[in-house]
Amino acid sequence: MKRFAGLFNAIDQSTKTTVKVAALAEYFHEATEQDRIWTIAIFSGRRPKRAVTTTRLREWAAEVAGIPLWLFEDAYPIVGDLAETIALVLPPAETVSDHGLSYWIDMLRALPQVEEDARKQAVLDAWNSLDPTQRFLFNKLITGGFRIGVSQKLMTRALARATGRDEPEMAHRLMGDWDPAQVTWQALIEAEDPAANASRPYPFYLAYALDAAPDDLGPPVAWQAEWKWDGIRGQLIVRAGEHYVWSRGEELMTDRFPELARARDFIPDGTVLDGELLAWGDMAPQNFNALQKRIGRKTVPRKLLQEAPVILYAYDLLEWQGEDLRHNPLADRRAILEDLCMGLPPDAPVKLSPTIDFDSWVALADIRTAAREAQAEGLMLKRKISPYLTGRKKGDWWKWKLDPLTIDAVMIYAQSGHGRRANLFTDFTFAVWNGNDLVPFTKAYSGLTDAEFRQITAWVKKNTLERFGPVRSVTPHHVFEIAFEGIQASPRHKSGVALRFPRMARWRQDKPVQEANSLADLNEMLEIYG
Amino acid sequence: MSALTFTPSGIYCPAGDFYIDPWRPVSRALITHGHADHARSGMGAYLATDIAAPVMRHRLGEIALDTAAYGEVRQIGGARVSFHPAGHVPGSAQIRVEVAGEVWVASGDYKIVDDGLSTPFEPVKCHHFITESTFGLPVFRWPDQAEVARQINDWWAQCAAAGKVAFLGCYALGKAQRLLTMLDPAIGPILTHAAIEHTNRIMRTQGIDLPETVLANADLNPKDHPGALVLAPPSALGSAWARKFGVQETGFASGWMALRGIRRRRAGDRGFVISDHADWPGLLSAISETGAENIYVTHGYTDIFARYLTEQGWNAQVLKTEFGTDTEEDAA
Repeated sequence: MKRFAGLFNAIDQSTKTTVKVAALAEYFHEATEQDRIWTIAIFSGRRPKRAVTTTRLREWAAEVAGIPLWLFEDAYPIVGDLAETIALVLPPAETVSDHGLSYWIDMLRALPQVEEDARKQAVLDAWNSLDPTQRFLFNKLITGGFRIGVSQKLMTRALARATGRDEPEMAHRLMGDWDPAQVTWQALIEAEDPAANASRPYPFYLAYALDAAPDDLGPPVAWQAEWKWDGIRGQLIVRAGEHYVWSRGEELMTDRFPELARARDFIPDGTVLDGELLAWGDMAPQNFNALQKRIGRKTVPRKLLQEAPVILYAYDLLEWQGEDLRHNPLADRRAILEDLCMGLPPDAPVKLSPTIDFDSWVALADIRTAAREAQAEGLMLKRKISPYLTGRKKGDWWKWKLDPLTIDAVMIYAQSGHGRRANLFTDFTFAVWNGNDLVPFTKAYSGLTDAEFRQITAWVKKNTLERFGPVRSVTPHHVFEIAFEGIQASPRHKSGVALRFPRMARWRQDKPVQEANSLADLNEMLEIYG
Repeated sequence: MSALTFTPSGIYCPAGDFYIDPWRPVSRALITHGHADHARSGMGAYLATDIAAPVMRHRLGEIALDTAAYGEVRQIGGARVSFHPAGHVPGSAQIRVEVAGEVWVASGDYKIVDDGLSTPFEPVKCHHFITESTFGLPVFRWPDQAEVARQINDWWAQCAAAGKVAFLGCYALGKAQRLLTMLDPAIGPILTHAAIEHTNRIMRTQGIDLPETVLANADLNPKDHPGALVLAPPSALGSAWARKFGVQETGFASGWMALRGIRRRRAGDRGFVISDHADWPGLLSAISETGAENIYVTHGYTDIFARYLTEQGWNAQVLKTEFGTDTEEDAA
């Protein structure tokens, strides 16, 4: 654990990518094979099955610290991280341990099989033999959510450096459904057959946002335009008689969308499609709300399957007849994709996402304004000769989103943030006027600079009306422009509406509180865009 | 009538007609220490410890300032008043007020550990104790000062070896001088921002022993001081002044660095956990040792701390004050 804690400190203490990559690469040289594999697993979001509930962890920590549970619970939102709160309240350790990362993981993996008393004793013994940083990491292994400034991309780069292999190859190897408890370093990183695992997806190519009109992109003829759909980016893999559905978040979602199983009837082995998972209406995509009902449900009731059937709206072909097409130009990939989709029956769960014809950027700008009616968020622009790259790269793919909807709202509740934003008020609830009342309608927690968050934090501390645990009600005074991508009717919310991707676009320090928008304004937006 | 009462201008003693660390202008103010949220301008007359006086004069200009030594008893009207070491910064005091046998102690800001610079904290028996709660949560437990000194010196030596300037942010009064006593001058030269060097000069004149420092003013050429560590107030980190020192790493020395979220937000490269306030065990031991039954909790995690004390059997209540400003929070 000491070596892993050393790696963590080196990464945590630096904001510089080069320093982090160097620390990781050094670690991958020195650590044991099992520790290396678990480190990769942890930094790519895989962790041992949770052995202890967070409720128990809190109770045990408070007990060992000799403090009442409420005091622990009050300290937690101030620290902003459960694993850290526990590490800090515990008295200093009385013993020292030399065990490595995988020892502790094996210990945690064995816990579900033992009685609760033994489980508790094991956790308490661990706490009593680890220093504060190691303790924090040990707790993180239990609670999950290892956000410590190592992106998968960064780790991939470090691994590539440590092993002398290509970064894209390494990215491909790390994707998919491998089990850190079973896999060997040889199989995961070094084995010569990278396609051994049929389920393995390709890393997604992601577009940057275009913030101005696309006039600088050169002649329109070199570009392909498509609607930018408001669904879940997904990859459909058909190999060796099986199919796999991956989300961009690298989550295997095959079981969530059983209707895609029929793709095996129409699509030959050795095919990988990139597209958007969408709830399909009769002739066109339904809005995101319909898909939302499906997300997070592992088993889908029959009624929902009928109301919101999911399809893959395909826009790229990454593998065809078992061959990796990613280096071929988009236009060539598209031609094969169109042929493939042309042959599909109308009820197939895969459809072709159409391209949009345009002859000038001005004409395209005009088309873009109709995106909301098409259930799209804007347009995608892809260079026709572009290969399919890995990760977010500038140059060949752009998303040209619609300008968001906006409304001016009053801040009425504030809550402190987590992690890096602990002790700063960053999570706010906003309201609009309904007569003389303020009706809360959305929360937002992004869009301000650190300096602005500090300023509003100082203000919140001085203008707190009431405290409800970590939440404070504040004097209605500040107006913020809230930007959002969509609006839906929602009987569960007091205001009757739910917003999509709300965030603070601007702090309207110029605007008096009386001039914020009203519930009537929101309802009007619901009429037009809902 | 209580010996001390709480008014919109500050903590007031009716028997002696004076205030302690008032936040509005009053005719007579007793001051626990020179930090800006406790020693404000505009008072008719000031009384503070002799050790705190020079810095207060420097900060507040021409003021009517009378001084008392630690332990010296003054009769002010119907009140017996004395100053006792608070261990917060040099000259900082707890103010003991006795009226008709009832004893109150207003402790200002304090810490229990001996920092090697300030006169160490002395517990004072009393019936009523006014305590801060800046770090009044069980998550705050300070590491040993020698261990933190080792961390800072290691970091400095690494920076020096890599040809970088080590920039250490800290509060100008107290924390900066405490850090000076912890630094190992064998590693390289110590440069100081003007705000810190002014305080250094005053303390040296008072006979407080500080290592040699070089004022980093506009004329200074950073190249003449390879391997330097620069002490600067937090506001100067990343400023145009700081940038002229070239390749650098920044560290920040404060009790808040115990929390990873704040450390990552504020610390630049490194955060060092060192505070001039009491940690959780320190607050609890200080309160126990006073023998007081009545505890008044001022600036910090007041509600949480007072609730805990109440559960532990004290008669504790929250006092709304104007201590603990944002600048202080940065540097605590």
